[in-house]
Amino acid sequence: MKRDISSSIEHERLALPVSRRDHIQGRLNAPITLVEYGDYECPYCGAAHPVVKAVQQALGGRLCFAFRNFPLVNMHPHAEHASEAAESAGAQERFWEMHDTLYENQDALEDEDLAEYAAALGLDARRLMAEVLSGSYHARIREDFISGVRSGVNGTPSFFINGLRYDGSYDYEPLLAALTEAGEGRRE
Amino acid sequence: MSSEKTKSGTQKQDKQLNPRGRRAVALPPGEKAPEFTLKSTPDQAVSLSDFRGQPVVLAFYPADWSPVCGDQMSLYNEVLPEFQNLGAELLGISVDGVWCHAAFARDRKLHFPLLSDFEPKSEVARAYHAYREGDGVSERALFVIDESGVVFWSYVSPIGVNPGAAGILAALEDLQNKKQQNLQPQPQHA
Repeated sequence: MKRDISSSIEHERLALPVSRRDHIQGRLNAPITLVEYGDYECPYCGAAHPVVKAVQQALGGRLCFAFRNFPLVNMHPHAEHASEAAESAGAQERFWEMHDTLYENQDALEDEDLAEYAAALGLDARRLMAEVLSGSYHARIREDFISGVRSGVNGTPSFFINGLRYDGSYDYEPLLAALTEAGEGRRE
Repeated sequence: MSSEKTKSGTQKQDKQLNPRGRRAVALPPGEKAPEFTLKSTPDQAVSLSDFRGQPVVLAFYPADWSPVCGDQMSLYNEVLPEFQNLGAELLGISVDGVWCHAAFARDRKLHFPLLSDFEPKSEVARAYHAYREGDGVSERALFVIDESGVVFWSYVSPIGVNPGAAGILAALEDLQNKKQQNLQPQPQHA
């Protein structure tokens, strides 16, 4: 889904604050928090993935990154199962490994691919596939999705920096600049 | 609903004025929603009055197939269960013909009707003050119409901006809360 660069005037705040419910990298009380609403089958999210990695690298402990599911399942037929696979991997403490694998292999998101990734990551692939096929994490994925809708997410990826919608480019330099600015004056 | 509420999903009416003086000011809350009957398929028609007794979300958009429109309708397609949980029916409207709508809806796997404001062209968009003079298409205008057929909330987005669904959800919830308050017995005053 192509992201709409221009912003909506309102609803620009994150409706659901980042908390322990979220998959996060970094500390919850880090001075800078970046939230991404993404879809594993969305090519724009795939393009943003290495950029997020790079800003994480650059900001180190000053950044807390949270990822929330925003699968557009009618448009992207593999997005729901991919989200389920990431959540199921999360239940086996390997959310981020699966998250990275999915974004690095967006052209191979069939169920058999998911099973293969689970096995490659040393997960219980049988359990993961049973959970994916039964939609074990549907409620949580939907909660992520609706929290995005209520926050004004209108396409993917959508980013929020310290709770405010970020409508700028998600190329490395502008994103890093916005994050750095958001962290100015904030203690570690 | 008052126009000065600032809660998410509502907004000051003056924000709807276009700084360039082009964006239409949609039919405001409190106005009776103009009745219409439009084709949803080559052989089926939908009237607003078919939905009397339940809230209706009317989403005018400029055109099938343009990237932002696709995003907006695809997004609403995903949010549809929430609209339905709030008792509401969603109708998309543009000036495209029924065959164009049919192809678009099939391509995007849309699960709600797209209405064709095609003949007389844009008559309904004009009635809702959601027509773009000169461009020949409707605005990206949203309406929440209450159970009795009165506009409860309206919003016109800049033409290139997908307005998302936060405003619609908030308006539907306000409407539901208002209905529940009305159902509760009023406190007796001595």
